[in-house]
Amino acid sequence: MTPAFRTVFSKEIVENFRDRRTLMSALFAPLFGPIMFVGIMTLTLSRALTGTEKPLELPVLNADAAPGLIAFLEQENVDISTAGDDRTTVIEAVRTGELDLALVIPDDFGAQLRAGQPVRVEVVADQSSSQAGPRADRASGLVNAWGRQIGALRLLARGIEPTVVQPLLVDQIDTSTPSGRSALILGMLTYFILFAMLMGGMYLAIDSTAGERERGSLEPLLTLPVSRGELITGKIAASCLYMLLSLAGSLVAFMLAIGFLPLEKLGMTANFGPNVIVPAFFIFAPFALVGASLMTVVASFTKSYKEAQTYMTFVLLLPTIPIIIAAVLTLRPTQELMLVPSLSQHLLVTELIKNEPIEPLWVALSAGSTLAIGIALALLAVRLYRREGLLI
Amino acid sequence: MIVVDRFAKRFGDVEAVRDVSLEATDGKITGLLGPNGAGKSTTLRMLYTVLAPDSGTASIDGIDVASDPVGARSRLGALPHGAGLYPHLTARENIRYFGRLHGLGGNALRDRVEQMVQLLDIGEFADRKTKGFSQGQKTKVALARALVHEPSNVILDEPTNGLDVMATRALRELIVNLKRAGKCVLFSSHVMQEVAAICDEIVIVANGQVAAHGTPDALRERFREEDLEEVFVAAIGSVGGSPS
Repeated sequence: MTPAFRTVFSKEIVENFRDRRTLMSALFAPLFGPIMFVGIMTLTLSRALTGTEKPLELPVLNADAAPGLIAFLEQENVDISTAGDDRTTVIEAVRTGELDLALVIPDDFGAQLRAGQPVRVEVVADQSSSQAGPRADRASGLVNAWGRQIGALRLLARGIEPTVVQPLLVDQIDTSTPSGRSALILGMLTYFILFAMLMGGMYLAIDSTAGERERGSLEPLLTLPVSRGELITGKIAASCLYMLLSLAGSLVAFMLAIGFLPLEKLGMTANFGPNVIVPAFFIFAPFALVGASLMTVVASFTKSYKEAQTYMTFVLLLPTIPIIIAAVLTLRPTQELMLVPSLSQHLLVTELIKNEPIEPLWVALSAGSTLAIGIALALLAVRLYRREGLLI
Repeated sequence: MIVVDRFAKRFGDVEAVRDVSLEATDGKITGLLGPNGAGKSTTLRMLYTVLAPDSGTASIDGIDVASDPVGARSRLGALPHGAGLYPHLTARENIRYFGRLHGLGGNALRDRVEQMVQLLDIGEFADRKTKGFSQGQKTKVALARALVHEPSNVILDEPTNGLDVMATRALRELIVNLKRAGKCVLFSSHVMQEVAAICDEIVIVANGQVAAHGTPDALRERFREEDLEEVFVAAIGSVGGSPS
């Protein structure tokens, strides 16, 4: 580290610390992810939980005609109420949205049942509604279950084992661990963390390059007896430091936020404590160099702060591409994938959250390849800053 | 001591500098005079090595700008045209930053920064952030920044641009003081009176080439004009340029 490098580095740190825009993005970008994440998750989880636990409110037409069925439904946590006067008005009420669900039992339910004919009962619902759809399915499921009970009793009455009509038993065995199940949901937070990290250094990267040119302070700087390589690497290093601060902030914010999520109720455990965030910090850290160098390279092509800002949006989205591809192809972590920046970090941290053992070699490959690309980009930035076109 | 030998530079189809040679000696003020677009800034930019010439060479205190740009820059204090400051740093911090990058540190740096604050009379606003400074205040700080390492050669590109009468006078006085201290001062301007008032040597540039050069008296004699402004017009006309 040359004195000039240190001077540029510390000046960028101090100057940007005083710039409200830079400081805000470094401090608040880490909070944005957790807040949004917890908001969405709480909503999704509470929906998933209430679906089965809440009593099902079911307006029924002709409830008196089928006392056995009604008793069964009430046993299964269904609140029965009376719906309309006849079938047509009930269907109309559902269509207009007055009711979102109704069960229609025919007048001669008892008679048909005694005669041994299949009785037609109707579950009326607007299936396109996200609320009514699952509830209608639940209602049909319960009515069917009662039907199967009656069927079994009929067989028994005729001296036949009910299992005769049930040649298959299908069981689904879930091998995922509780933390594995949460990883499915928590996997997307790797991108939130990468985003927060890049945001943290973005304004410094723009300000120290395109911003400096726009203000006219770059040219005097270039008249100093300092190589452009030292200037630009000092700036990249300052941007890296801001990114690492945002990364640390983001990990801690997520740790605190995930504590509030009712993941246990879904049979998941939130494995995002200090044992995860400390190694996660070191896994993500090399990506800061890629981010800072790439932003500096992009900023060197732009003429103004505004223009640089526009292009930075693409840089922010760039790390999603490998993650999305991996999600679509449901890629499992392999040694080769550890060579892809952003994807390797995503896969490693997801394994970490799943509480799976992590190969030290993979971590080394991920860090090595990411740093190599980061250094290559930094060298490219230095080359670009040697261009004359920089000032014209 | 600054020597330029046959500088040329083109940007695409535009020949910004065709053929500029000049010599600026220590203890003298050399004025680079010419209409807008004559190639003054490009010449100076090649001197302080922000641009590389297509052909021609230059040296600062004998150091070739092409082979040792960092060495040449270390002998130089340059104030580019429209130089900007760091808005979130105070005036003093702006000066200190450049001092550090010139390799100064510790007490030496502190003393030099203090001297600059005194010399340019910026004590009143030295510890304020430079955001919102007037043009005059900005120029003073930028100048202090360029002189913080006591360079033996000073290059100023249109330093009086945007300054009011009082600030211009103060700047002139400062330039004369630099000359008295034995520095080599090279500054550009498109205002004849300004150059005439303080320059020992005048280099008139038009259309990217030197139209005339010499002491003010020598130029008056050569063009048989008493008024230097007439000399300016005549010299520019001699290379097919027009004064703007």
